[in-house]
Amino acid sequence: MNNTPILELADVTKSFGKTQIINGVSLAVPRGERHAIIGPNGAGKSTMFNLISGRFPVSSGKILLDGNDITAMPPFEINRRKLSRSFQVTNIFHRLSVYDNIRCAVLWSLGYKHSFWRSLNRLKDVTELANHTVEEIGLGAKGEALAGALTYAEQRALELGITIAGGAEVILLDEPTAGMNHSETDAAVELILKVTKGKTLLMVEHDMGVVFGMADRISVLVYGKIIATGPPEEIRGNKAVKEAYLGEEAV
Amino acid sequence: MSDIKAISIAEVDKGMSGIRRWVFWIIAVVAPLILPLIFDSSYAISMMSQMGIAIIFALSYNMLLGNSGLLSFGHAVYFGLGGYFVIHALNAIDAGKFYFPVTFLPLLGGLGGLIFGISFGYVSTKRAGVTFAMISMGIGELMFAASSVLPIFGGEAGVSSNRVTGTGLFGINYGPPIQIYYLIAGWAMVSALLIYALSLTPLGRMVNAVRDNPERAEFVGYNPQRVRFIILALSSIFAGIAGGLAAINYEIVSQEYLSANQSAMPLLMTYIGGTMHFFGPVLGAILVTFLQVVVGVYTKAWPLYMGIVFMIMVLFAPQGLAGLIMQHQPILRAGLGARLIPSYLYAMVSGLIMLLGIISLVEFIYHLSTEIHSGTEMTLFGISFDIASSFPWVITILLIAVGFFFFRRACSAISSSWNSALAEIKGSESHE
Amino acid sequence: MEFFLISMLNGLTYGLLLFMLSSGLTLILSMMGVLNFAHASFYMLGAYFAYQISVFIGFWPALIIAPILIGIIGAVIERYGLRRTHKTGHVAELLFTVGVALVIEELVPLIWGRVPMDYKIPPQLDFTLFTLFTTDFPAYRGFMIFISVFMLVLLYLVLTRTRIGLIIQAALTHPDMVGALGHNVPRVFMLVFGVGAALAGLAGVIGGNAFVTEPGMAFAVGSIVFVVIVVGGMGSLEGAFVASLGLGLIQTFMVAIDYTFADVFAMVGLDSIPPGTVGDMLSVKFSQMAPMMPYLIMVLMLIFRPRGLMGARES
Repeated sequence: MNNTPILELADVTKSFGKTQIINGVSLAVPRGERHAIIGPNGAGKSTMFNLISGRFPVSSGKILLDGNDITAMPPFEINRRKLSRSFQVTNIFHRLSVYDNIRCAVLWSLGYKHSFWRSLNRLKDVTELANHTVEEIGLGAKGEALAGALTYAEQRALELGITIAGGAEVILLDEPTAGMNHSETDAAVELILKVTKGKTLLMVEHDMGVVFGMADRISVLVYGKIIATGPPEEIRGNKAVKEAYLGEEAV
Repeated sequence: MSDIKAISIAEVDKGMSGIRRWVFWIIAVVAPLILPLIFDSSYAISMMSQMGIAIIFALSYNMLLGNSGLLSFGHAVYFGLGGYFVIHALNAIDAGKFYFPVTFLPLLGGLGGLIFGISFGYVSTKRAGVTFAMISMGIGELMFAASSVLPIFGGEAGVSSNRVTGTGLFGINYGPPIQIYYLIAGWAMVSALLIYALSLTPLGRMVNAVRDNPERAEFVGYNPQRVRFIILALSSIFAGIAGGLAAINYEIVSQEYLSANQSAMPLLMTYIGGTMHFFGPVLGAILVTFLQVVVGVYTKAWPLYMGIVFMIMVLFAPQGLAGLIMQHQPILRAGLGARLIPSYLYAMVSGLIMLLGIISLVEFIYHLSTEIHSGTEMTLFGISFDIASSFPWVITILLIAVGFFFFRRACSAISSSWNSALAEIKGSESHE
Repeated sequence: MEFFLISMLNGLTYGLLLFMLSSGLTLILSMMGVLNFAHASFYMLGAYFAYQISVFIGFWPALIIAPILIGIIGAVIERYGLRRTHKTGHVAELLFTVGVALVIEELVPLIWGRVPMDYKIPPQLDFTLFTLFTTDFPAYRGFMIFISVFMLVLLYLVLTRTRIGLIIQAALTHPDMVGALGHNVPRVFMLVFGVGAALAGLAGVIGGNAFVTEPGMAFAVGSIVFVVIVVGGMGSLEGAFVASLGLGLIQTFMVAIDYTFADVFAMVGLDSIPPGTVGDMLSVKFSQMAPMMPYLIMVLMLIFRPRGLMGARES
């Protein structure tokens, strides 16, 4: 069996000007794990995602995807290596239909690249995969609707759909249930579990119910440093975590 | 108004479906073929030739503006260089240096456009948005400046040639203008078809995605710069074809082909026609060329009118003519079109009165500033009068004031008739 | 030496004038995200207004009145035109200013005709300031330098010492934050647009009689000002300053160099290039190349340093 972690961060730091946001984070995520990152606001969780997905360059350290160095790669190169991410603030193609949003998300991974000599409508694999994904995220009835005209919850579902449609092996979800009510959150969790089955999942999440219900392991990020990593029970019992984080909010 | 806009954009792709789309395409193919049989004066044929060239150029431009969100102020570079390629090729054929059928010469123009599209596009597509606009303008100015310096551009006189050369295919030698018209019409159809087909490919869709959200495109595996670069290169092929056809049509290529004015034309056409619909630029190209040829004969103030129309479109109808037309689809489909007619007539009459006043005012001032040496008598709309007296001025101001007053009222009449029609559609939908 | 010094001074005059235009454009661009295409049109209007006012009441009142009028026109255009298009996005805003530029471009010849205006340097300044070896340096050039530097110092003081200046500076680096601080952003926008227009107008007042006042002047300067912005780096005032002076100097020097490429090759011993396309190209003089220079520099800058000289932002 392949024992290399699918995603590995080695002593990664990031500063903006003089402010250091990430202070040497090391983390290894094994294949197939559902890993949650929690921590107080401003701990650098989103920044960490931005570093992994190539949105920002790291200041120092290394990021390995399946053993390959992806540290200095632009986002599209990293995406082509089967790492995909969602955004905390919905980030979709507003003036395209739901269906076309998903089609755009699968084109590269199905190998169509910049093809301008084939009719998009005649590509069977694209059509099938897009239809499948649109159904899966529960927007089957809204396929022709403009993405910009969807409700918030629908746009969050579409955001997730764009992220997973290309068949990425490693999926980063940035607060997938932010701004949702209870029933919406439950539906979103169910959806996430369904569409990321068999994949490696790394997620930032504030809803502790979601985190402790879903994650195999949890890392706690405080002031740009991981202070603890372990299974939910262990994190729940961890003294440092309680002091730094849970102590204030979870009571 | 925001309701209306949402509908119109949603209707873009599925607006015409099935049979209606076929009817549209058949008209698009048949009309250019039979038009010269109906309007057979040489004036009409030369105008229609000009329209054909403008259509290709505008469609090529909208590959950037509407489809990719790239606002270019230097598209004339590819048009003009395509033209220079073809005019030099014509001269070389004339001199017997090589043989190439004139029918396919526009391909060389396309090649010229492509070569420069690749080299300049590499630089300009590194950026999007406002920066791209500035860079494209800078490159346009660079080539314009180069054309007055480098001998290959023929200086201010330009390069001229003779299109009747070689034996031609099937004895067509492109002497008579009608043959040129059909050459242009043929290339316009082929280009339009290719540009339309291109919008239905994976690249065509990704270009839209990069327009909407370049960042997200990066996170689904695409390099936005690369996507923009490819579409710019492809678009410059068609600009080059248009330039090549212009070279064959006018038998001269000069600096004017590379000028900022030439770059502004497709922008005006595309925007006035509507950037979000495939037929928008076609509509714009036909309309603007028509006005340019017809109105341009009567008045030197033509560019001013053009500028005012453009500004009004930007302020009040950013969806363009095509967008305005398509907005009516849901109402027409519900059979409520008749309800809009009275308020439209109202607006038309009052608008015409206002327009009459504005045009008169502009023409008076123009006469005073540019043709005062020929006296203060002038003729406008077939009426002669002396603008030294105050009477014409009073009439003019009165026309504008009255027209404006009623036009404002007509506008609110239009919006209330729209609202009632939309409300009825919504009402009947919720009943179902 | 003489040639060098005189060209330096002329280049400096021209460069400072460019910066008067590009500083306003940069402020508008960085704060509002609007590339004001009509900026050079305000420059042209400044020259024409100053000409007209100087015909009636003389140059000195025009120096004050014309820029103020242009500033008011700018503010009105922002308030009743640009603000309407704001919700439609930056491209619509840019296109609106293109429309304004087109209309001004045509209105000016409509009112004043197409021939250059007889806009003269005021007699009080029509003398030789000093003579360098054999070349006279006109006092009016000195006056232009003085006015430009004076305005720049004033601008600098406003930006660094006043409350509104601090807000503007904050808006340059954090455009989204200023509204959150409770300032009336639309009013600040209108002010910046108006002041930018007035600066451009002032440049027109002092540039129109030194160079030329004709309908083509807006476009000629406008495209070069865009080059300044790109080369200096989007949204950087310092970059715009360096690029303005640099371009002003380079263009002034180029115009004055009377050599051809072939001459240069001949100097290094390559004097036997046969006539023909390549030979023809080489017979082009450097001075003829001057109009191309700004754009060439821009292209080279984009290839080797896409951010521009001092740009912080990518786009």
